[in-house]
Amino acid sequence: MSEQTAEHNETMTPELKAFIESWKSKPGNLIMVLHQVQQTYGYIPRSIAIETAELLGVPLAKIYGVVTFYNFFKLQKAGKYIVQVCLGTACYLRGGDDIIKEFESQLGVGLNATTPDGMFSVEAVRCLGCCGLAPVAVVNGEVHGKLDKSMVAGIIEKYRKLG
Amino acid sequence: MAYQSYVLICGGTACCSGGADGIAEEFGKRLALAGLADKVQVVKTGCLGFCEQGPIVKILPQGTFYVQVKKDDVGEIVSEHLVKGRVVQRLCYDPSQAKKLVSEANIPFYQKQYRIVLRNCGVIDPEKIDDYIARDGYKAIEKVLFEMTPEQVVEEMLKSGLRGRGGAGFPTGMKWKFAQQQPKGQKYMVCNADEGDPGAYMDRSTLEGDPHSVLEAMIIAGYAIGATKGFIYIRAEYPLAIHRLQVAIAQATELGLLGKDILGSGFDFEIELRFGAGAFVCGEETALLQSIEGNRGMPRPRPPFPAVKGLWGRPTVINNVETLANVPVIINKGADWFSKIGTATTKGTKVFALTGKVNNSGLIEVPMGTTLREIIFDIGGGIRGGHQFKAAQTGGPSGGIIPPQFLDTPIDYESLAKIGSIMGSGGLIVMDETDCVVDIAKFYLDFTVDESCGKCAPCRIGGRKLLNYLNKISSGRGTEQDIEDMRQICDAMNKASLCGLGQTASNPVRSTLRYFMDEYMEHIRDKKCRSAKCSRLVTYKIDAAKCKGCTMCARKCPAGAISGTVKQPHVIDQAKCVKCGACEATCKFGAISHG
Repeated sequence: MSEQTAEHNETMTPELKAFIESWKSKPGNLIMVLHQVQQTYGYIPRSIAIETAELLGVPLAKIYGVVTFYNFFKLQKAGKYIVQVCLGTACYLRGGDDIIKEFESQLGVGLNATTPDGMFSVEAVRCLGCCGLAPVAVVNGEVHGKLDKSMVAGIIEKYRKLG
Repeated sequence: MAYQSYVLICGGTACCSGGADGIAEEFGKRLALAGLADKVQVVKTGCLGFCEQGPIVKILPQGTFYVQVKKDDVGEIVSEHLVKGRVVQRLCYDPSQAKKLVSEANIPFYQKQYRIVLRNCGVIDPEKIDDYIARDGYKAIEKVLFEMTPEQVVEEMLKSGLRGRGGAGFPTGMKWKFAQQQPKGQKYMVCNADEGDPGAYMDRSTLEGDPHSVLEAMIIAGYAIGATKGFIYIRAEYPLAIHRLQVAIAQATELGLLGKDILGSGFDFEIELRFGAGAFVCGEETALLQSIEGNRGMPRPRPPFPAVKGLWGRPTVINNVETLANVPVIINKGADWFSKIGTATTKGTKVFALTGKVNNSGLIEVPMGTTLREIIFDIGGGIRGGHQFKAAQTGGPSGGIIPPQFLDTPIDYESLAKIGSIMGSGGLIVMDETDCVVDIAKFYLDFTVDESCGKCAPCRIGGRKLLNYLNKISSGRGTEQDIEDMRQICDAMNKASLCGLGQTASNPVRSTLRYFMDEYMEHIRDKKCRSAKCSRLVTYKIDAAKCKGCTMCARKCPAGAISGTVKQPHVIDQAKCVKCGACEATCKFGAISHG
């Protein structure tokens, strides 16, 4: 897969290295370090995971054990725009699953997958905490609330235009 | 110079996504143009609670309450209200179209509320420590550090009757006492801000609107139990709350309220943030501690309880955000004052995130003992779209469904447990007759199956089996024996699971079986879902009298199940139909219905 070949090219940025060094002596640092890795690359690249294991002096298996336990950490690079559709209870009751289906069919991708052009990923998330606006979707941090199916095309178009 | 007016703009997540930032900016510009920049102060506050009507702008001292404000409305508010003193009627809250409700005090949503935890939310600028101090902030620390011994602090908490607001309701003072009694040495104070319950955002709003109240409480708790180090474990999905906490910690440290030798008392305390990473089970205290230590968040058997053996094997107290936000007020006003609020067994107030099929979604705080009816119908304004109330769910995936006959139950830990639900952390979801209980139970089980850590078999296997049965029933293949089997699995999970997640995961199934047995039986015997949520049990029909033969539905049908000639009534081949509902959505003549 193309994403996987791209992965090997990731090299550790000096900022990340400095961050890891600053946390190295603190007990229980692993999750905070992994957050920083994901913030830097958008996911946890294998090459970086290996380097992190060496820097922190923990087994690689421990790093993957933690990464795969928590939903927040990703092993694959996501699209440029990440569409997160809320499936918290309030959104579910007000039709959140219809919104997901609409995004999936309009973008032609399944859940947790990325469009071939690398533009969009669709994810289902648990409660974004703005239940008053249900159903809600968040695209790269921008909240779109009180959605119905007819609004989906417009949202996709908006980000397509931004490029 | 004193300001003559204040413009409070709600900076909660819901209002921010509705454009509150742009509104604040526009106020700045317009006020400067009107020459009022030094007479009117614009404050971006925490959540004002009335999320349904956001973005919300409140003008003080009049208390005028503007709802659904847009950037374009700002000019009018400045020129009419702030310059000429005339209320902009069209932006006021107006439930009945008959009478305009101008101030917060007149709006039914606020009338039955009583704010202790949310005392500063929507009142102060959460990024200014001075605002917090001006409202008695950090006063409790002075009192505790200079006038009380750690034992007296614990005694006061015990006397107040405060119980854990994370859901289980364990007396807070008792937790502190256990940790205090441990031998001296390194101890830890942890704040649980891993609010994972879907449909709940109480803790997020408290942290976003009043972060200092939680810091102050942690310092007090640290002093009481003898801890010098605190951790706040917060969801990474809450960037605004994280930012506000970081600002608050920096400000408090600068003023000498955190760090070495606080206010010259000789007591040291520091607070560090640790991020969660999206695991519901980490709300369980032993799993949370594992996560802070950098491990997979899996619970361990108790005892030993964290108060004896917690973080890195040291005595640790873990309190929820809402529990902590009560603490400074209890110290300031006294345990006697606090224990007068609430019911015999449950003191104080509870914050709820009221959502679902209710007219006024939002964040509310009510005294314990308030009834569900008051919350849903008086504060929540009743059910949306003229529908009927069917049930309410408290406690999220760990809670139970409460049917209409218990609407007058006063909310406290014991009475909710008696009717098969739990207090939980404060999610309150309202459902109407268009919601199917089997579907709801499926939704919650799907969640807990996904979030089960897999360590113990009753939760890992039991949850999956329950979900399989529910899927079977909702697709019309259920049998009466399934109900009996499900009951047994529920009992086994409840008794044998390692942690709270597994012990309570069957509650949505137990409570729906208890109160909505007839609906389960309809799915099983009649192969019918009365709310048409279980799509496999729905049949679509074309009314020949209404069908004009426009062929739209036949062209839309993805399964090629609809046939007929132009201008003649069409028919659906039930064997081919995939129950997607596209035909019904497409028909302009209302000829297609489902049942």
